[in-house]
Amino acid sequence: MKITHHLDDSTLMACAAGSQPEAMAAVVSSHLAVCPHCREELKKHSLIGEALFESLSPVPVTREAPVVAARSGELGSHPQGDVTHELPASLKSALAGAMDQVPWRRIAPGVWHCPIQLSEDALGDLRLLKVAAGTKLPEHGHGGNELTLVLEGSYSDEFGTFRRGDVADLGDDVEHRPVADPVEGCVCLVATDQKVRFKGLVARLMQPLTGI
Amino acid sequence: MVQVLESARPSRRAYPVKIPRTMSDLLQKVAQTRDVEAFRKLFELYGPRVKAYMMRQGADATTAEDLAQETLLTVWRKAGLYSDEKGSATTWIFTIARNLRIDRLRREVSWQPLPENRDEEASDGPDPEEEVTARERRDKVRAVLATLPPDQSEVVTLSYVEGLSHSEIAERLSLPLGTVKSRMRLAYQKVKEAVEDIR
Repeated sequence: MKITHHLDDSTLMACAAGSQPEAMAAVVSSHLAVCPHCREELKKHSLIGEALFESLSPVPVTREAPVVAARSGELGSHPQGDVTHELPASLKSALAGAMDQVPWRRIAPGVWHCPIQLSEDALGDLRLLKVAAGTKLPEHGHGGNELTLVLEGSYSDEFGTFRRGDVADLGDDVEHRPVADPVEGCVCLVATDQKVRFKGLVARLMQPLTGI
Repeated sequence: MVQVLESARPSRRAYPVKIPRTMSDLLQKVAQTRDVEAFRKLFELYGPRVKAYMMRQGADATTAEDLAQETLLTVWRKAGLYSDEKGSATTWIFTIARNLRIDRLRREVSWQPLPENRDEEASDGPDPEEEVTARERRDKVRAVLATLPPDQSEVVTLSYVEGLSHSEIAERLSLPLGTVKSRMRLAYQKVKEAVEDIR
């Protein structure tokens, strides 16, 4: 898998800080699972977290260290060879099965989706989107941050061609007009940082197609 | 008011600002020989820091203390997965604290696994030269953070220390989202340049 579109520095920073909305974190971790370049960058972002953590003024604790038994726990084992280079386990379990069993729902001609359940209080929106071969989506902008990770096939827009493993990390100031690959179509994982924004996107997708 | 990297600057507090290099050794002892005494030392050093971190992330003192206990218990349980080729003990423990905070304080799934089996190119044991580089790197990062313009260090602190998302920072500071992100990028570029300079 050759990855040419990566995560923005500000996205990796929020990832290292653990301050991303859950939906965004899901896409970021799915991209990191397949992208050594972004994993290397993330390490440098983590250095900032480490420095800031070290420099916090400690707050005295009132309790003793937790009691541990000398032989408990996972002793000196390093799991090896588990680098799967595909979807992280957490996403697989969220999908509850294989990609060919996704319960797709059609939202517009040539466009299907499958929302993925987030934690109860989580902001944002996470869903799989499937676009039929050659389908053009109308030009649209984004109300906030939006992350799109290509899982199968590819799509092209003003920023280039996004293939399997590529991520489009778009801010609120970007408009684009994506077209799904003419042969394979495209399946992607899309996160927005606020729920209402995805609904807005769907509405805009529907507009020219249904004439609402 | 946001406290801007108050403690990233060198200070003369009663607390040690630097965590000694021996922390990785302590963690290795916990991992390899289940050394309870080493674990107690780790707790003494990291417990108060994790508590401070949790409080800055919005936890009250009691919850923060619970989470410090739980963080160090996780350190004990998972110590076998740590190796110092995979980053410093502090980074590893910070990652555990960070994931726990997402899980407990935000009640969300963290999605970020511990760095356990990601290093395809792990080396054979600690390299003394690499250790010097790592220390140099940490000093550089600290120095760069201390000299960031206030508008950049503010967004960095809000992200790492207070745990606010891009849009929460934008809201807090009444800034456009794009401005928050570009300040983060600028801050990171400086850190990255300094770190890559070392090689």
